[in-house]
Amino acid sequence: MRTIALAGLVLLWTAWAAAIPGPAAAPPPQPATVAPPSDLAAGDTPNDAGQSISLTWRPSPDEALGVEGYEILRAESAEGPYAKVGYVPSGFGSFDDQAVPRDGRDFFYRVRAVGAGIAPSEVAAAGPARSSQQWYNAARTNALVGTLLFTLIVIYFIQGARRGRHLFIRRIAGLAAVEEAVGRATEMGKPILFCPGMDPVTSISTLAALNILGQVAKKAAEYDTPLVVPNRDPIVYTVAEAIVKEAYAEIGRPDAYNHDSVFYLTDSQMGYTSGVNGIMARERPATNFFMGYFYAESLVLAETGAATGAIQIAGTDSITQLPFFITACDYTLMGEELYAASAYLGKQPMLIGTLKAQDWSKALVGLLLVAGAALALSGPGLRQFVLRLLSID
Amino acid sequence: MFSHDPWVWIAAIMTLAIFSFLYKENWFYRIAEHLFVGMSAGYAMARAWNNALVPNLFNPLFADFGRNWPLLIPALIGLLYIFRFVPKFSHLILIPIAVGLGLGSGLSIAPTIQTDIIKQMQSAIADASNVSAGGWGLAWGILSFIGVLTTLSYFFFSREHKGALKVSASIGIWFLMVGFGASFGNTVMGRVSLLIGRVQFLLTDWIHVIR
Repeated sequence: MRTIALAGLVLLWTAWAAAIPGPAAAPPPQPATVAPPSDLAAGDTPNDAGQSISLTWRPSPDEALGVEGYEILRAESAEGPYAKVGYVPSGFGSFDDQAVPRDGRDFFYRVRAVGAGIAPSEVAAAGPARSSQQWYNAARTNALVGTLLFTLIVIYFIQGARRGRHLFIRRIAGLAAVEEAVGRATEMGKPILFCPGMDPVTSISTLAALNILGQVAKKAAEYDTPLVVPNRDPIVYTVAEAIVKEAYAEIGRPDAYNHDSVFYLTDSQMGYTSGVNGIMARERPATNFFMGYFYAESLVLAETGAATGAIQIAGTDSITQLPFFITACDYTLMGEELYAASAYLGKQPMLIGTLKAQDWSKALVGLLLVAGAALALSGPGLRQFVLRLLSID
Repeated sequence: MFSHDPWVWIAAIMTLAIFSFLYKENWFYRIAEHLFVGMSAGYAMARAWNNALVPNLFNPLFADFGRNWPLLIPALIGLLYIFRFVPKFSHLILIPIAVGLGLGSGLSIAPTIQTDIIKQMQSAIADASNVSAGGWGLAWGILSFIGVLTTLSYFFFSREHKGALKVSASIGIWFLMVGFGASFGNTVMGRVSLLIGRVQFLLTDWIHVIR
């Protein structure tokens, strides 16, 4: 009985509590109204392959009131319907619509300021704008001029070399060591190891390395010194094998050529490194050549070679690996010295002419640098002009 | 305490086998070396098939031959490499090599001039003429500009390094060595972190000393 009375009381209290009106619920906050972005302009993106329209606008002056970003809307007519094609966060006033369905067709754009607490406000439509592709990228005229100029200089010097004009190249210190290193291997009766780098045959440093390989192979053939050429790239291997075979034939010793002297190891960077390390440790070459482009394996190779007591000559244009070769090798051809060595040893007009062209191009770059810096220091306007002349988009 | 995963054991043993080279060349290292070379050569073939030929040649050809038939042209040029095994026609491999060389040079010349020459010139002039940077900022810019010019002069092969060129080239080599020193230190730090990673594998995944 007492339980029923208690339950009744609870029910009564609940009903009474529900009947008392609570504090009035706050009305939902009205979204803030912000000024829309302005000065919307749409036009074809310059110097591109088409299907892109560039938009610029002046951001809303009320960005601080809660504008989180801008939605970009596109339509095929000024009246719409508009569909969202992009979004940029607040603070930005440009967008490239790179998904334009077709070149040569009119499109209209609107930009809408959006944010969690604001009413979307959009600028009036801009357009019509049409995308189109350009045949010539005017922003890269400086690169075109540079390429043409360099090509002309190369042609001039190659023609000069072909006509028999004497083109002087100074002797590079590391080159004197090549003959000495081959002689040492001959005296010791041990092989010469030649690594033509890790890059494919399309790399300039690999080509220079293969050129040097030809000269080393000739000397090895002359002194009857065994040559070991492990390769990482199958195409480089093919070319290296042909070069070495030809070098032996040129010296008049085709019979001395050993078919197993040039071989393919593996494509894997560290697999190749462990293979070459094993060769160095087991066969103990008297001379190691590391020519071409190298990566992280450079120090591992050069250190192992140094530990075996070999005389080591390295040559690479890999700036990050040069310090390791300099510390662990007896001679190092740095950067362009590798190409110069290749031209110097090869004595081919094409290579010597190219090297001379490179030299005079460098001199021209030096002169332009001095002239450009002098102009840029003359005043802010001239500085802007010089920097714009050298800018690449 | 030790891992029960046989693959972790194999990886740990191979790691130790390669590390044993630090003591001296031994049969333990030799096994790991030959396994590594052989497996990586085989893996490279599988990778070339699955990552190059299948997605770039076979799939597009079988999916839409009418549109993708031009892919047959580079495929046929590439197939000429097979003539390496036919001595009578081995000269034909010069064709794919020449195509590769031409493409590589053509693709690299313009970007090289853009990025390695024009962009570098712009940066050097911008830094050396940035008067607004004032004091040390401008001084570093000018120092870097001198470094560019003198280093360029070191790599000038058409004259003997005598007189003014010798002075300039000597300054250039100093700049180079300072740069190489910084690069050396930076890379050694990276290599130490690689070693730490390998030791961590042995201690964490293999013998579970670190959890």
